[in-house]
Amino acid sequence: MLIIKDLHANVEGKEILRGINLTINAGEVHAIMGPNGSGKSTLANVLAGNTNYEVTKGEVTFFGKNLLEMSADVRAKEGLFLSFQYPVEIPGVSMINFLKTAVNESRKYHQLKELSAGDFLKVMREKKEMVQIDSQLTNRSVNEGFSGGEKKKNEIFQMAMLEPKLAILDETDSGLDIDALRIVANGVNLLKRPENATIVVTHYQRLLDYIVPDFVHVLYKGQIVKSAGKELVLELEEKGYDWIKKELGE
Amino acid sequence: MDNQNTLINEVTDRDYRFGFVTDIETDSIPKGLSEEVVRIISAKKDEPEFMLEFRLKAYRKWLTMKMPDWAQLKIPEIDYQDIIYYAAPRQQAKYESLDEVDPELLSTFAKLGIPLEEQKMLAGVAVDAVMDSVSVKTTFKENLAELGIIFCSFSEAVKHHPDLVQKYLGMVVPPNDNFYAALNCAVFSDGSFVYIPKGVRCPMELSTYFRINAKNTGQFERTLIIADNDSYVSYLEGCTAPMRDENQLHAAVVEIIALDRAEVKYSTVQNWYPGNKEGIGGIYNFVTKRGLCKGESSKIYWNQVETGSAITWKYPSCILAGDNSVAEFNSVALTNNYQQADTGTKMIHLGKNTKSTIVSKGISAGHSSNSYRGLVRVAAKAENARNYSQCDSLLLGEHCGAHTFPYIEVGNQNSIVEHEATTSKIGEDQIFYCNQRGISTQDAIGMIVNGYAREVINKLPMEFAVEAQKLLQISLEGSVG
Repeated sequence: MLIIKDLHANVEGKEILRGINLTINAGEVHAIMGPNGSGKSTLANVLAGNTNYEVTKGEVTFFGKNLLEMSADVRAKEGLFLSFQYPVEIPGVSMINFLKTAVNESRKYHQLKELSAGDFLKVMREKKEMVQIDSQLTNRSVNEGFSGGEKKKNEIFQMAMLEPKLAILDETDSGLDIDALRIVANGVNLLKRPENATIVVTHYQRLLDYIVPDFVHVLYKGQIVKSAGKELVLELEEKGYDWIKKELGE
Repeated sequence: MDNQNTLINEVTDRDYRFGFVTDIETDSIPKGLSEEVVRIISAKKDEPEFMLEFRLKAYRKWLTMKMPDWAQLKIPEIDYQDIIYYAAPRQQAKYESLDEVDPELLSTFAKLGIPLEEQKMLAGVAVDAVMDSVSVKTTFKENLAELGIIFCSFSEAVKHHPDLVQKYLGMVVPPNDNFYAALNCAVFSDGSFVYIPKGVRCPMELSTYFRINAKNTGQFERTLIIADNDSYVSYLEGCTAPMRDENQLHAAVVEIIALDRAEVKYSTVQNWYPGNKEGIGGIYNFVTKRGLCKGESSKIYWNQVETGSAITWKYPSCILAGDNSVAEFNSVALTNNYQQADTGTKMIHLGKNTKSTIVSKGISAGHSSNSYRGLVRVAAKAENARNYSQCDSLLLGEHCGAHTFPYIEVGNQNSIVEHEATTSKIGEDQIFYCNQRGISTQDAIGMIVNGYAREVINKLPMEFAVEAQKLLQISLEGSVG
């Protein structure tokens, strides 16, 4: 569904991604690991269409369409979801209003009928149970005053509501205690479908104990320097990222 | 940053929705202002002597006054001799039924979303429609009269209730109050008049809709609301004007008097033509609005959503004279393109245990300038007075400005005055977050701004709140991406 070819991207004039190649098929879970500053979050943001990141070279297709030509909201409506590392607060805008708009914008885009308030609330109740999010959170403003854990759970809840084809989880485990981590991971696993795919961007292995990847890629200095199966997670855990650096002759 | 600049530099493409002109015969007098003109206006309105005296006194005072220059506004020179001071849709002496009203006029108000046919009215709103200074039609007048409520045009009030007019006119805003108020006192042509008798709770929202249509005219309307002991009324005011390249002056005066335990809620959605993207044209909105909590435990609430006008100079204020009286000012002021607004309030505490609250939300986009100016004064005798002020500014883009000028004067030891202020920028990260959920940038801005203003919008009556939300969104359309 997603094919990335020789992707280069800059942040504030500095090249962060330096030739990424990656293919993701339906039903797969890919983990992207790497030391701090290797470009993991940049890749997640570039794919989601954050305009602070400038693509300088390469191409990305999403279900055969040129992803880089789409604006961020169109990418989302095409089924790409980013779980933010730092979810943003929007004071005064209720979660319900926010999500209802998001869901219905997407439905309109796919020429589906908008959900009525009643239907929307029904779906919301189901998904809330699925991801075990506190019922009160959806009555509050978007992420306002949420704890770190609540924000991350809220991301997974939104993912459940929007049912993306490709979910990118950007450091979703950061700032989570072990219970919250389990809940979040459980939510992600429940949402897995044969026709969907997930990219888990993480620094540590612990989230991958719960969301088991089919493929693991190590990102270093803006390039994927190693790809393997899930056993790579353990190897990295054991030997650390220095091992990769040594292998690369640094 | 660059991205945000390019996004925000693309300023409003959407046309002002109410910019049409109605082709209607107008009865107007020549341009210019003189004692003679004041006399003509008074004569045209067939006014009693006391009104002419009131006008002449105001006019003579006005001659000695200067335009105020303390506001954070750049006001081009105004030639007061180049304005038509009286323009009225040519009409029969008085409409007995809607059938007699010019269909063009009716369709104008229908286009504005204000049908005057009573059967089509939204339940529970009585409307007084004022076009070019003259009240066209007041709906539900008879129903209200059964309760003793007077809701009519100012001219009719002068004719039928001269005692009330004479007693209260100028009580809160005297003719010598300020330059624009004096001008209004001299030349005002019409407006709305409300009297709620003792113990009566007005069962419907009263609403006045102001429309400027004629060219080169100034609009000077006058609203007087009197709430007698233990009464309640909620009053709404809306306004629009055609798109024109030249500026037009609007200098209104609103006076509210709340007697013992009376409660008045005054809500405005101000949407005068703001001028075009380059800042050409638009209304100069120089308005004096003031309420007097005259009686003990009386309450006055000002709620305003300001999105229109090229220049706004407006400070709906309250004098808390009665002991235990309460006043609130809740405001959202949005400026885009080259609009300028200097708006805020004055809370003058005179009575004991008086309480006032100010919530002001400024939103600036484009090259606009948006200032909050507020005075909280607690007199020595106003023991245990309380004020809480909150002034927030939201900036969109790099070229707009927001200013806050709070003045606080406390004359005793046991009063408490609190002031909080914040300035924030609409975050690119907020917009991206919305985008990532499939919400377009335009919708995201509308959503974020409405969220920011929600506290105030929630204070508006239901239908007004919906209109205000849409208006905030429309006024910013094109301001980003």
